[in-house]
Amino acid sequence: MNTLTLEKLDMQVDSLPARVGNTPLLPLRRVTLGLPPSVNIYAKAEWFNPGGSIKDRAALNIIQTAIANGDLTPKKRLLDSTSGNTGIAYATFGAAMGIPVTLALPENASKERIAILRSLGVDLILTEASEGPEGSMKVVREMLAKSPDKYFYANQYGNPANWLAHYQSTGPEIFNQTGGTITHFIAVMGTSGTMMGTGRYLREQNPQIELIAGQPTKPLHGLEGMKHMQSALHPDIYDAQLHDRVVEIETDEAYTMVRRLAREEGLFVGLSAGAAAVAALHVAEELDEGVVVTIFPDAGYKYLSNEELWR
Amino acid sequence: MPSIKIPTPLRPYTEGKQIISIEGETVGEALSFLLSLHPELKEHFYKEDGQLSRFANIFLGNKHIITLQDLETPLLEEDILRIIPSIAGGIDL
Repeated sequence: MNTLTLEKLDMQVDSLPARVGNTPLLPLRRVTLGLPPSVNIYAKAEWFNPGGSIKDRAALNIIQTAIANGDLTPKKRLLDSTSGNTGIAYATFGAAMGIPVTLALPENASKERIAILRSLGVDLILTEASEGPEGSMKVVREMLAKSPDKYFYANQYGNPANWLAHYQSTGPEIFNQTGGTITHFIAVMGTSGTMMGTGRYLREQNPQIELIAGQPTKPLHGLEGMKHMQSALHPDIYDAQLHDRVVEIETDEAYTMVRRLAREEGLFVGLSAGAAAVAALHVAEELDEGVVVTIFPDAGYKYLSNEELWR
Repeated sequence: MPSIKIPTPLRPYTEGKQIISIEGETVGEALSFLLSLHPELKEHFYKEDGQLSRFANIFLGNKHIITLQDLETPLLEEDILRIIPSIAGGIDL
């Protein structure tokens, strides 16, 4: 095969980055029984991304922006703290693009996440569990201070490329997929990037769209990846003024919903998707008519070791 | 005197303190002492029915107290208890 043919082939074959985004918007049909026919709930099925979660959008944009700016050069390792899905996204694109990845995460992250990250070749640093994600962030910043030339600090909690990914992709997709009819947008918050970016885009298109953030009811909860904002350090990208209100979600409600989504809708999703569906239903129950859209961030595979969830 | 390490999400309720010296010969006594110092913590440790919340995992070293003698686990002077947030419903350090 000559070079010209290879170049032609290269233009035709697919790529992982090209497969990020443009995820399906799925209607919920059975868990919504009892709602008026004029109220519909749709979920953005983010596990269709190649790395298996919505975090592909932010991670890819962070990497591509850093390469374009010259911050991520061939000699540097990508460094960040993560409780899981962003790390898997960094690791996926890092492996595909030849970028070595070092990640710090709390030692009590789920076994599946740790196993996936190791399988993708990440240099993993497990940090003290009681220090939480903030402890992982501190370790990363110390490493960066010691060896600033060795690392590109991706900083998902403070990097505008995180929320901009959603402003440029998640927001426009939802607006177009609903034909501009969306009335309520609901997102659960971790880094808050999904709400900040998608919310800003939707608000610009139609200021009447209500933005609702979901969070756990208490600081100690079983909703991996979600932040209880009153007791957590706020991510730098978080703007508490953007959303109109907050809906609080009990862990048990979210667990029950995860099982219902699997068994009644055929949607095998993760904990934050269960929480998002609970919040969306709470909002929908208040309405006489509306198009309610939420985000299902990932699938259920990474939560299989949580026996309490699937009982 | 034993001590207890407070996880980041609970520090707003302990005036930001990360580690607190506690009195008590068992984990249960130590927990009661902690809650007497910082009563606002109570709702985060106990459910409405009075049972210990499953999201407040108490560890002595690397062992969950339920694998020891639970709240009856004896404490030594130099012991450090850790409260570990349960980020996926279960925990296995």
